[in-house]
Amino acid sequence: MLHDMKAEYIVGDFTEVTLELYGGLSRKVLYTEIETSYPDGKLIVSTTDKKGVITHVNRSFIEMAGYEESELIGAPHAILRHPDMPPAAFKDLWDTVNKGVKWQGFVKNLRKDGGYYWVKATVIPNVRNGEVMGYTSVRRKPSRTKVEECIKLYPTLF
Amino acid sequence: MTYQFTVSPDFTPDHLSGWYIFNTWLQNQTDNAIHLEMYNDFHEQRAAIQENKVDLIYANPFDAAMLVREKGFKPLARPLGISDEAIVAVNADNHVEDVAHLSAGIKVAVTEDPDVHMMGMIMLEPADLDASNVVIVPSDTYVVVAKHLLKNEAEVGIFLAEAYDDLSNMIKKQLRILVRSQIGVIHHSLMIGPRLLDQREKIQNILVQMAGDEKGKGVLDSLGFTQWQVVDDEEMEFMIDLMDTLTM
Repeated sequence: MLHDMKAEYIVGDFTEVTLELYGGLSRKVLYTEIETSYPDGKLIVSTTDKKGVITHVNRSFIEMAGYEESELIGAPHAILRHPDMPPAAFKDLWDTVNKGVKWQGFVKNLRKDGGYYWVKATVIPNVRNGEVMGYTSVRRKPSRTKVEECIKLYPTLF
Repeated sequence: MTYQFTVSPDFTPDHLSGWYIFNTWLQNQTDNAIHLEMYNDFHEQRAAIQENKVDLIYANPFDAAMLVREKGFKPLARPLGISDEAIVAVNADNHVEDVAHLSAGIKVAVTEDPDVHMMGMIMLEPADLDASNVVIVPSDTYVVVAKHLLKNEAEVGIFLAEAYDDLSNMIKKQLRILVRSQIGVIHHSLMIGPRLLDQREKIQNILVQMAGDEKGKGVLDSLGFTQWQVVDDEEMEFMIDLMDTLTM
């Protein structure tokens, strides 16, 4: 279940927009220009089922996303979707992992408080007995150079 | 028949005798003849695995995928609360305060330990550094990594966190940590090969009960462990998937 974002949780001035998500879902998101730096030395790890519904998150995921674990488990991974991310990036992700291949890219994620954080994400299909059972996503600290490139590139992909 | 047990060559030297004590204990508990073979390096150990000589291994997480997917190994257990973490350190006189400020072309002192090397290189990525634009300074031990930093023969050293923490205070005073990983889910595991698989459950039970037995507890102490914790197939698959994402 994916709820609309609520103004009471937002820190700072925000902009409101409705995102059309994969699978016919839509969500009202509220976002600010406040960046949270990726912490050194940590990995953000999550797993989803085949439909992209979150089944596991680690402590770093919870800290960076700002949600409680109970709000994340069972939610679509698109709960992190930031309006600045071009849909083409996620289409590429799904097209790639559906072929059973690893995907890697730089992603701007949306926090519960409306802020954002950049990650270098790698997504891998979890193959068990020859069948894809879900996906594991591992994020690490991106280089600022790569983030700056994405800040220029992504607006051109809409 | 005699089975062969081997330990990842990155074991802490202080625990060498502990592994021999553990092997003797395991033979007594399982009524198996088990020979402990300590290989000098990862290349020799991997060659032995490829030749199907190994039946039981305390494996580096980097080798887990190969052991499970190519050689039919299954996980048994891991030491409770012990995971592999890495440290990126510099000479204390180095003015760099943040990994992101390191520059291409720097010399990086590393040991052969594959998972620590991988974690350390990931922690250098925020500076746009990778294998293509750093000079690797191979080092036999973590003490040698530290010496390379002290002699300014390398700008950066990658350490197993435990090994860094065990360096003498005199050495540590001359070094400075830039980043310490806090990953928590990458760990060594005791794994069992195809010839011993029918004894998997029995051996797992023996291992988890070890801490409750006075003699077993003494053996664990000699390894620096408090307790074995069962690793099931899915936990191992999760770690293999995770390692797979990190090698990209």
